[in-house]
Amino acid sequence: MIRVIALTLALLVAMPSFAVEPDEILDDPVLEERARDLSGELRCLVCRNESIDESNAELARDLRLLVRERLLAGDTDDEVIAFLVERYGEYVLLRPSTSGSSILLWLAGPLMLLIAVGVGIGYIRGRKLATDPVEALSAEDQARLKALLKDE
Amino acid sequence: MIVELGHFALILALALAIVQMIIPLIGAHKGWASWMASADPTASAQFFLTAFSFAALTYAFVVSDFSLQLVVQNSHTDKPMLYKVTGVWGNHEGSLLLWVLILTLFGAMASWFGGNLPPSLKARVLAVQAAVTVAFLIFILVTSNPFTRLAVPPFNGEDLNPLLQDPGLAFHPPFLYLGYVGLSMSFSFAVAALIEGRVDAAWGRWVRPWTLAAWLFLTIGIALGSWWAYYELGWGGFWFWDPVENASFMPWLIAAALLHSAIVVEKREALKAWTILLAILAFGFSLIGAFIVRSGVLTSVHAFANDPERGVYLLAITGIFMGGALVLFSLRAGAMEAKGVFSTISRESALVANNILLAVSAFVIFVGTMWPLIAELIFDRKLSVGPPFFNLAFSPFMVLLAAILPIGAMLSWKRGRFTKQMKPLWGIFALSLAACAFLWAIQTGLSALGPVGLALSIWLVASALLDLWSRTGRGVLSHRLGRLRRLPRADWGKAVGHIGFGLTIFGVSMLMAYEYEDIRVAQIGESYTVGDYQIILADVQDVEGPNYLATVAEIDVAQGNYQIRLRPEKRVYPVAGMPTTEAGIDNGITRDVYVVIGDPQANGGWAVRTYIKPYANWIWLGAIIMSLGGVLSLSDRRFRVGAGAARAPAAKSGVPAE
Repeated sequence: MIRVIALTLALLVAMPSFAVEPDEILDDPVLEERARDLSGELRCLVCRNESIDESNAELARDLRLLVRERLLAGDTDDEVIAFLVERYGEYVLLRPSTSGSSILLWLAGPLMLLIAVGVGIGYIRGRKLATDPVEALSAEDQARLKALLKDE
Repeated sequence: MIVELGHFALILALALAIVQMIIPLIGAHKGWASWMASADPTASAQFFLTAFSFAALTYAFVVSDFSLQLVVQNSHTDKPMLYKVTGVWGNHEGSLLLWVLILTLFGAMASWFGGNLPPSLKARVLAVQAAVTVAFLIFILVTSNPFTRLAVPPFNGEDLNPLLQDPGLAFHPPFLYLGYVGLSMSFSFAVAALIEGRVDAAWGRWVRPWTLAAWLFLTIGIALGSWWAYYELGWGGFWFWDPVENASFMPWLIAAALLHSAIVVEKREALKAWTILLAILAFGFSLIGAFIVRSGVLTSVHAFANDPERGVYLLAITGIFMGGALVLFSLRAGAMEAKGVFSTISRESALVANNILLAVSAFVIFVGTMWPLIAELIFDRKLSVGPPFFNLAFSPFMVLLAAILPIGAMLSWKRGRFTKQMKPLWGIFALSLAACAFLWAIQTGLSALGPVGLALSIWLVASALLDLWSRTGRGVLSHRLGRLRRLPRADWGKAVGHIGFGLTIFGVSMLMAYEYEDIRVAQIGESYTVGDYQIILADVQDVEGPNYLATVAEIDVAQGNYQIRLRPEKRVYPVAGMPTTEAGIDNGITRDVYVVIGDPQANGGWAVRTYIKPYANWIWLGAIIMSLGGVLSLSDRRFRVGAGAARAPAAKSGVPAE
């Protein structure tokens, strides 16, 4: 009995399917390659954090087909992206644009690197110019040294 | 009854932790030896109580005690015993208990092996560690009690998430937590040193083994997670730049920076304030990671059941510890004068560059991970930051790091002579360039990824070997081999760790540049070619597992005389109502053949995906070798010999500080 229930349940649950299904693939390998590259840049909107290229969701499949449809219609990569952004908002882009406030995201790394390198160079120059406490003797030590040498 | 005792033990541990947080601190301030020494028995007792509590919860899972809410939600009588046990930490409450168990374990180890620490420093370290434990114990007991009973126990459980029913993932969390929580030890040492107001070479030597241990566990934990993703998620991705992965990667990068800067503190008494700051930040990123995973503010594939209340609490813990430590840092950092003097061309400068690259790369990941949140809160833009951004923004740092590493590793301390010390490296440099050019010439595409990756890995691995060899001086081969064996373990650790880094770079760049993929509908018995391989879908059958139903395909892969049968599966776990894929993988040194079975097609045949993944295993091999480098360095004699014994005459008999 349990087995029957289990089997029934198993049929109700969707079986795992691939991200890209064989029937989606375009005949033209160049276009297909472009479609795959574009898919990696686009977010599956209903998924947690997956591109439409990786996702098994129904919506991801629809978007993959849409991308291919646009490519077949002769759109450039940029036009396909623009089409999708217009429809779904910039949330669909896994590589955020550089427009407006997003430029901060892109500049954060390089700017921080510049600052860090500046501070680092300042520190190293400071260390270079500092007097080495191990090499320099304090006045007290000098006096002791003198005294010791006198004893000789 | 056992369950109630476990709950009670946890409450007792909290009481002890509160005592340990206060008494030794007062003792250290007033110089009262007995008050300072009170931290030792409480640290041990806290660990044993938490361990008992953890054992009680494990017992409830093993005997499938369905009167416990947590067992009902995460277990099932049909589940294999291994996964009943690992189910203990496969959920929010249980994993938090594991977190606290490791926290108290590190506290107890600092007490057991810290005999060579000055008593006041040791007391303060244990007090800070206890403060962290208090925060997490209150968190567990108030918001996430694993021992909650049900009034009406159900007949059976709801089963563990099937993705977690896998050996790779079963042991991924404990290693990761050993790493995350191990960094609490570096944090405690940093805060204790700030309270003490003294950071010297000995401090650098004490804090390094703990950081090293945390870092190597983190390396293993991250590698296990990545390896699991590779064979389990069905298309062989190994890193997704998911917020939760980033949450583990940021502390790893900061810990790696800390490891290197602590060497400068130990050898040259410079970079002190910076090292303290890194120690604070490393644990800070662990706490932020816990917040990201458990609060659900960022959407991630890994998130535990998301609960805003827990999120607020974790944010408060992060805020209190980071805020407190950073305020203390700003008050005391000025007093930490550097002593060592060094010139621009020196090992010290190279390690400063290392720290800049590691810390800024962690910062880039941090900004990228938090940006969707920042953009929505401040700029009212709903956007995503995904792998294309991280690959572009993060990779240059690793390229630079790998490029300068061999030079820095060869430079001498204090004052290096660039021309002289670079001389042995020119040959390797030429070799790397030649390999790069060769690969560039024979590859079909124009991607720089493969050639650059190859050049960097040769540059790293060959120069690490040369570094070891050059340390054996001159003379007859047999003498040099003898000296090679007797080199300090730390030197071996350095070379092995850097070799591991090179191998991982090699694996990542080869896999990303030269992966080959084939997706098609295959009829049973039909043969087709993928790359150099002949593929035949021999058979597809339905099979019943202990707690799942599977479709198992038999796929023959052949190349010349070489032949192997792979059995990819797709499973459905009826209780949890979840499907999973089990790829069929033929692991090899130069490539993995990776096959996945898909859906039956309407007009006959099955969807089959085949990948040729060049040098995939080198990614994890590199990670294992990196952590092996950590183990070698940890076993160095100088960590066992009491470093500060002379400064602390009252120290007890030397127990190894590992």
